[in-house]
Amino acid sequence: MSQTASRTPIPAVDGWFELEPEPALIGARCVECSTVVFPPPSESTPCPNPRCASDRFESHRLATTGTIWSYTDAQYQPPPPYIPTTDPYEPFALAAVDLADDGLIVLGQVAEGFGVDDLAVGMQVTLVIETLYSDDQHDHLMWRWRPEGDQS
Amino acid sequence: MKHDDVVIAGAGMHPWGKWGRHFSTYGVAAARTALADAGIEWTDVDFIVGGETVRNGYPGYVAGATFAQALGWSGARVATSYAACASGAQAIDVARARIMAGLSEVALVVGADTTPKGFLAPVAGDRWDDPDWLRFRLLGATNPTYFGLYARRRIDLYGATTDDFAHVKVKNARHGLHNPNARYRKEVTTDDVAASPVVADPLRLLDICATSDGGAAVVLCSADYARRLDDARPVRVRGVSTVTPTYPNTVIEMPNFATDSSAVVTPSDTAFRDAIAAAAYAEAGLGPDDVDVAEVYDLSTALELDWYENLQLCGVGEAEKFLRDGHSTIGGRTPVNPSGGLACFGEAVPAQALAQVCELTWQLRGEAGDRQVEGARVGITANQGLFGHGSSVILST
Repeated sequence: MSQTASRTPIPAVDGWFELEPEPALIGARCVECSTVVFPPPSESTPCPNPRCASDRFESHRLATTGTIWSYTDAQYQPPPPYIPTTDPYEPFALAAVDLADDGLIVLGQVAEGFGVDDLAVGMQVTLVIETLYSDDQHDHLMWRWRPEGDQS
Repeated sequence: MKHDDVVIAGAGMHPWGKWGRHFSTYGVAAARTALADAGIEWTDVDFIVGGETVRNGYPGYVAGATFAQALGWSGARVATSYAACASGAQAIDVARARIMAGLSEVALVVGADTTPKGFLAPVAGDRWDDPDWLRFRLLGATNPTYFGLYARRRIDLYGATTDDFAHVKVKNARHGLHNPNARYRKEVTTDDVAASPVVADPLRLLDICATSDGGAAVVLCSADYARRLDDARPVRVRGVSTVTPTYPNTVIEMPNFATDSSAVVTPSDTAFRDAIAAAAYAEAGLGPDDVDVAEVYDLSTALELDWYENLQLCGVGEAEKFLRDGHSTIGGRTPVNPSGGLACFGEAVPAQALAQVCELTWQLRGEAGDRQVEGARVGITANQGLFGHGSSVILST
């Protein structure tokens, strides 16, 4: 999938990650109990901690590196609303990544060029932003997990 | 009058397969079989609960009334239950509670579905606030994605092999061979599993259950009512667990992008799937040592191994040994999925938690034919519904 000058890169989903100053997932942190939430809750959503009555959050950048909790791949083309990017379909890998400081595990596709043979439970990965799919006007960007180079 | 004891007076199924009929057809067939089994007329039922399906247009959302109308309006009270894969168990819970409270005496619980080919997928339309829609659009994460993650964990944590996973399929296929309601009745070898294409590494096509059409129904009544029926084979409902997870749930679950955070709140010692079983045991006043037979949710072969541990049939990390030693096979210590499980049935979402209860009913009555677990007196079902629905039912003679 090549990026052309005529297309504008935009996030595939609003407000879940940012590209500047460096790529990072954007969660939320409860202003009362500091509980971290990802994806960021919509307005007036209560804190998920059942013993906290707050519904006020501040934006929170999640750790950009973590370790693989588990991984798999998608050998069959997922049904809509998934948008295939190649014909014929090319499988991709997914990893659930433990972000220890934030205390949560985040699922994502694995960066282009890497498959399950490049992965192991416990391996360190870094967040990157790549194009998920494109249309005439836009490259729709999404976060992915890239195995750290010296391990593969 | 309040009732302490609720019994299953009748059980029935429509055979599972890809029949392509309206879901109410399967539900009505299962209901009529269950009513005949109980020796109860439909017009004597005072409460009907339908397990809801969300893929079949308007009638699926009002399943209780759809079945009631199809059986002929009788003036019965009605409810509809949606709890994804746990819909049937939640429907039983509602019926049982109404009987225990003395508000009903005889309840009919029905679940049925007709499913499209291929992956279960969200209904059409753009829904940017629906995590189930978003996981397909943004991640391409189908249900087998999550099954693959759990399977890989078993390999890396406990030394499971893909051959272990295949043996679960071999076992369940053999169990289901003579089950007239099963869709697949054919021996499967580990070579067959290994020769099937990978769907979600490390799981292959024969490790993952199909989608099916099917229906299941049970008739519940108070023990007093059952005595008047002169039911010589009463099966008692001892516990029904419909628990939600406890925050923070630290296992990634369909359809979520992330787990809860444990940064501030320490996770409970009892993870969600463990809690589903624990709540059922606590309510029944029974424990894993009492269990003679289990019907668990083998959405994937590897997931069945997780359930052995969640039900405390063996210790954590010991499921592969439990399987290899033949303990979960008919004739073993605690046979699991004597019906053949989802490996032989496939998923018909609002029906399958009820199908598990039907199988245990037949097992506890000693009516399970070639797949009978000898001397079965206590049985447990377990499954988990999307969006945090727990489901476990314990029955005893």
